[in-house]
Amino acid sequence: MAADTILSIENIEVVYNKTIQVLRGLSLSVERGKVATLLGSNGAGKSTTLKAISNLLALEDGAVTSGSITFDGKPLLAETPHGLVRRGMFHVMEGRRIFEDLTVEENLTAATFALSGRGVKPTPFDLVYGYFPRLYERRHSRAGYLSGGEQQMLAIGRALIAQPKLILLDEPSLGLSPLLVEEIFTIIARINRETGVSMLLVEQNAAVAFAVSHYGYIMETGKIVLDGPTERLIKDEDVREFYLGMSGAEGAKSYRDIKHYKRRKRWLS
Amino acid sequence: MSDFVFFLEICLAGLGSGALLALTALAFVLIYKATRVINLAVGEILMMGGYFFFTVAAGMSLSAWIAIPVAVAGGMAIGAVVERGVIRPMLGEDPISVFMVTVGLGSVLVGIVELVWGTDPRTLPDFMGTAPVFIGEAYVSRKIAISFAIAAVVIALFLTLFRFWRGGVALRATATDQAAAYSCGINVPGVFSLAWIISCGTAAGAGVLLGSIGGISPTMGAFGLSALVVVIVGGLDSVAGALIAGLFIGLLEALTGTYLGGEYKLVFTFGLLIMMLMIRPYGLFGTKEIERL
Repeated sequence: MAADTILSIENIEVVYNKTIQVLRGLSLSVERGKVATLLGSNGAGKSTTLKAISNLLALEDGAVTSGSITFDGKPLLAETPHGLVRRGMFHVMEGRRIFEDLTVEENLTAATFALSGRGVKPTPFDLVYGYFPRLYERRHSRAGYLSGGEQQMLAIGRALIAQPKLILLDEPSLGLSPLLVEEIFTIIARINRETGVSMLLVEQNAAVAFAVSHYGYIMETGKIVLDGPTERLIKDEDVREFYLGMSGAEGAKSYRDIKHYKRRKRWLS
Repeated sequence: MSDFVFFLEICLAGLGSGALLALTALAFVLIYKATRVINLAVGEILMMGGYFFFTVAAGMSLSAWIAIPVAVAGGMAIGAVVERGVIRPMLGEDPISVFMVTVGLGSVLVGIVELVWGTDPRTLPDFMGTAPVFIGEAYVSRKIAISFAIAAVVIALFLTLFRFWRGGVALRATATDQAAAYSCGINVPGVFSLAWIISCGTAAGAGVLLGSIGGISPTMGAFGLSALVVVIVGGLDSVAGALIAGLFIGLLEALTGTYLGGEYKLVFTFGLLIMMLMIRPYGLFGTKEIERL
């Protein structure tokens, strides 16, 4: 394992309710300062992977039954979820999960608990407002009344407050208009460039995810089936067809062709 | 004119007992806000506070200024032990199961009191003096006036803390979304403990005040039920609601009790409860879920 790896997962298996196995020997790693993307269809286990990393599985009666996860050089499976946040891992959960009854500013205040016991200076809220000027205008309104895009900005803003080394981003594009998705991903890329924070991004929108990431993993039914630097993945025939919706040189396909397609994902055989 | 003074006196007495109701209601609100558990043993913890005070002040003949902190600390200790030993292992279970556990806890506490102190009602040694207080021409019992003042200060303190203290934000964040609170680095189990400790300490303090007005007995935990009405009317998760509903119900009970007769008190109180549940089930000031479309 390279020294500049911030997160490495080795062969983890996750079981929910002691019966339902979701991850089957999944391995991946994120390099320091880089953005890695985890792609996969519904139910592949992407969110579960993130929850295994941030140790939030126990809240849903799930558990990592084997394998190991190393974060910043130390194993993490024995840590408490909040202890992990205070070590520099921030999980921006799927569906934004902002505190609806609190104001925007109080949401950011809540995230300052991530700095407890780290001996760092508190993050000025202006850092967040710099990336997301719209949040500044609405800083005193209740977060539940923000638009979907603004809520996603707030969720990312909370991560910024925590001064993390690694941000886990779970489907930031969920439920947003294409224009907003583009805006948010531009800012995600900017945050990575300017603060040097590493990111593990989970997405269904492959095109926009590849645009900001350096390395990609594709997972299906609980394990990684393909991985590589994004430049290479973008050129991969299978990825182009099944995740980017493009099909080589033939141009656009008619629906009848798609319905009758014979091509199988090669990694499944 | 004296009719009016009499009316005023009733109102003042009502507000006084209302303040105690509000203080007890606060104990419900604190725990519900943080953990979504309705702790039905609040009344019994309040009773324990009264008995702790009794033991130190009457049993050991120590000053009330030692007995009051001991009573509050005793309540806090009960809260800490119960949270750590019983409630936390049940996290994630059906709320009804947790609720039933607190009912059981109440019975256990009553049993302990009967075993240790016996079933006879007792009076607490007086520590507030007896000289009456006059507001204008109206007479108020000194104990009620002091209880009112203490309850008001404590509630004001909590209101301020919730709004401006960082820990208050943590508590409200935990109440809204546990997983998200974890993800912000908030020590969620710590918040739960803190809520139980502060809540049970508050209840025990209210028990000292209540006991010094009306004496203590193993059945005084029933006061917790009146306070439960207050929190349902005011909103289970609203401190301000507990305050306003507490004062209002205290007033209502005093007025109906005096002008219509004692038997109407409960009819009116619980009638109000039923009306409230029909019109605003989340209470006057409780949180209605935000619906974004």
